[in-house]
Amino acid sequence: MRKAEALIFEKGQPGRRAVDLPACDVPAPDAAALIPDAYRRKTPATLPEVSQLELMRHYTALSRRTFGVDTGFYPLGSCTMKYNPKINEDAGRLDGFAALHPLQDEATAQGALAVLAAMEQYLAEIAGMDAVTMQPAAGAHGELTGIKLIRAYHRHRGENRTKVIVPDSAHGTNPATAAVCGLEIVEIKSHADGAIDLDALRAAVGSDTAALMLTNPSTLGLFERNIREVAAIVHAAGGLLYYDGANANAIMGVSRPGDMGFDVIHFNLHKTFATPHGGGGPGSGPVGVKSGLIPFLPTPVVVAADGGYRLDYDRPLSIGKVLSFYGNFGVIVRAYAYIRAMGPDGLLAASRDAVLNANYCLSRLKEKYHSPFDRFCMHECVLTSKNQKPYGVRTLDIAKRLLDYGYHPPTIYFPLIVEEALMIEPTETESKETLDGFIEAMLKIAAEAEEDAAIVKNAPATTVVGRLDEAAAARKPVVRWQP
Amino acid sequence: MTRSYLPHTAVDRQAMLAAIGVAATEDLFADIPAGLRLDRPLALPAALAEQELARHLRDLAGQNASLGEYACFLGAGAYDHYIPSVVDHVIGRSEFYTAYTQYQPEISQGYLQALWEYQSMICALTGLDVANASLYDGGTALAEAAMMACAATGRQEVVVARAVHPHYRIILGTYAADRGLTVKEAPFADGATGVAGLAELAGPATAAVIVQTPNFFGCLEDVAAAAELAHKAGALLVVAADPVALGVLEAPGALGADIVVGEGQPLGLPVSFGGPYLGFFAATEKLMRKMPGRIVGQTTDFEGTRGFVLTLQAREQHIRREKATSNICSNEALCSLAAAVYLTAVGREGLREVAELCLKKAHYAHAELVNRKVCQPVFGAPFFQEFAVRCAKPVAAVNAALRREKIIGGLDLGRYYPELAGCMLLCVTEKRTKAEIDRLVRTMEAVS
Ligand SMILES: Cc1ncc(COP(=O)(O)O)c(C=O)c1O
Repeated sequence: MRKAEALIFEKGQPGRRAVDLPACDVPAPDAAALIPDAYRRKTPATLPEVSQLELMRHYTALSRRTFGVDTGFYPLGSCTMKYNPKINEDAGRLDGFAALHPLQDEATAQGALAVLAAMEQYLAEIAGMDAVTMQPAAGAHGELTGIKLIRAYHRHRGENRTKVIVPDSAHGTNPATAAVCGLEIVEIKSHADGAIDLDALRAAVGSDTAALMLTNPSTLGLFERNIREVAAIVHAAGGLLYYDGANANAIMGVSRPGDMGFDVIHFNLHKTFATPHGGGGPGSGPVGVKSGLIPFLPTPVVVAADGGYRLDYDRPLSIGKVLSFYGNFGVIVRAYAYIRAMGPDGLLAASRDAVLNANYCLSRLKEKYHSPFDRFCMHECVLTSKNQKPYGVRTLDIAKRLLDYGYHPPTIYFPLIVEEALMIEPTETESKETLDGFIEAMLKIAAEAEEDAAIVKNAPATTVVGRLDEAAAARKPVVRWQP
Repeated sequence: MTRSYLPHTAVDRQAMLAAIGVAATEDLFADIPAGLRLDRPLALPAALAEQELARHLRDLAGQNASLGEYACFLGAGAYDHYIPSVVDHVIGRSEFYTAYTQYQPEISQGYLQALWEYQSMICALTGLDVANASLYDGGTALAEAAMMACAATGRQEVVVARAVHPHYRIILGTYAADRGLTVKEAPFADGATGVAGLAELAGPATAAVIVQTPNFFGCLEDVAAAAELAHKAGALLVVAADPVALGVLEAPGALGADIVVGEGQPLGLPVSFGGPYLGFFAATEKLMRKMPGRIVGQTTDFEGTRGFVLTLQAREQHIRREKATSNICSNEALCSLAAAVYLTAVGREGLREVAELCLKKAHYAHAELVNRKVCQPVFGAPFFQEFAVRCAKPVAAVNAALRREKIIGGLDLGRYYPELAGCMLLCVTEKRTKAEIDRLVRTMEAVS
């Protein structure tokens, strides 16, 4: 049923309210006497005026026009849309965590510091690193922190290394991060199978190489088999290796970035460690480092002291701070609960099932969809719409048709090096029945493309709006409501 | 292994392996060189069943002194405001919190609309034309604003008031360091940033003048004067604002600010030991295409039905890569949703009322402490809900005494400003009752 939902500003009546506030219980002068006239707001901001029921109906209506993991299968590649356990939500809301002020005396926050310390230790173990900071708020923020750590490390050794090597298969945040850290980007081509071209890498490294940023498994869902050679080449040139942990769901307990030769890593707790994506955040992007980079970690650092923990701000070589306090603590608590629920065997089983599920989808879908690589994938697989192209059907059309079948589409048009890419990441929390249902839908769409392409090209037919005019939105932006 | 988060039975796995055409799951990992396979279990604690985990988490949480138990007079960047019940009921709807970024607008209309409404509310509060869907927190929003001002003006220097939150200034320094940007700090006098101090530092190389209002000391800054001086130098004015204070303070955009950022935590988010919070970010229309982060725009579908999409994506890393305006990808969307629900709940009149309650209670507390000579006032500038006082005893000793009375006292300002050693920054929000304030005053009186 196609229908716009009225805006919150179009609902309610002047004078309505959705929460009752207490009367002022202290004697005090009027606001007008406390705030200089020139500083004082004369007309209230145009905020909604609705009753509590109107508020709940509005947001309930909006939630019903939103698709989440709890709604249905969400195989969005590179995003690890696994199930978000409910007890983790309860954990983040416990008064002792949620109602804890970040600047309270450390003695009154020992339980929270214990969670931070434990998470640092667990993630260091999973990554094969020596220390971890929980401060970054998301993956890209972890990248920024990690690259700043690398710059500080080189600078401290008296070297001004100005270039970051990034493969052409990299996620956009990698080059963007290097740029906002004031570094130049050297993009190197990948082989057709996504592997790094070692000759290209040898030609690219030099005394100006600060780091190589790499995702392994790569953004094609394939493990970089030459990772040890890659590490040796970069290290021989004096550069460091940065691991983008977006794809770590494939390797928990299987293989460790630190053992592969990486010096710095970020994890996305909102991917690998089951914290909810929240509609695009909040996430958490902890960064792990080898020992040589520890002095540069952001402040404060949690340290053990007197049988408890304290926060150490006295870190003269630190890069400073990347977030106001200690990280997205509420997210960290949820990930902590996940790791404690899974245990070492559970995490390993999760990675193994994630890889099993991706290969199952790949093996069944490649009859109808072009698979650019003839090998097993890791936790996600990349297909294309090459076989559907003769019928005029593109990847975007397939994605939109999946909406009619009740599925969130895979990631599309990424990685950029695969034409018309469809990147499927099922995750380990999906059952075989769910995968079978999805595979059937994908196969049906392939058949529709051959027999009745219009159905696919005009999809979706069943959503609350049809395909939207994105060009118009960008040409003449309407980015707020005006009375 | 079958677990509540891992659905496969042994039969499922066998069937799937058979379909793939391999004998064992290990075969799928053949690409990982043997020497790189971990040959031992991860050294992590053994799995806990749900009820064991629930107990363990309760125990850990119980080791902290929560604001549910203690009356909090600590602010300094994280504020203990009342959170209306509806906020958590809305953001607890799992259609919202288990979704990801709205890449597929047709099945994300609800969330996109909520974010667009959030942007509209931030524009209304700040008096500016365009707001993004969020940044990580107040400190990173301020740093991004400075970076954007440099890009927009082609200049390499920012002047920041020393009365801006010390953590924000450290973040600014961290962000600026690797980009060859210079950060100059302008002094304060009597709690507020003097125009003269800013004017002395702002010049033809200045991209941005940055002030915070209320500033770190709770004092109100003269935004209009700062705007005039910044613009005279050809620089942009960046204002970091407390969104609740904007219930009673003039919109900075109306006073000449070009960019308004701030910590959105006061809008319905728990203090949560420092995060997740919400960096809000608004700017003039002229700066729209230079902004960091996601922006939702209104459009129509091919039949003319109103709809919403992520827009102006040519600014962002997934399109522009190293030419992007920022590297941000995931933001704090759910926190924006919470803020929108909060602002809807309190509404047009309610936000002013909340702000006035904070203002009045803080002034009552200040008057009690000063009039009873419990401590001395430090600054004379007008303030909102935070104020500095000089204590006769060391701040740590005062706070220890308060803690015994189930009160979390103020921040030791000497930690950040050596010249303010012995001074305490107190915060009084609308949540503090007269009885709690009186208890604070009595207890401080007893130690002084
Ligand atoms: C490969 C890769 N790197 C980095 C990121 C950025 O992570 P975040 O969105 O948490 O900033 C993503 C996010 O999708 C990703 O897929």
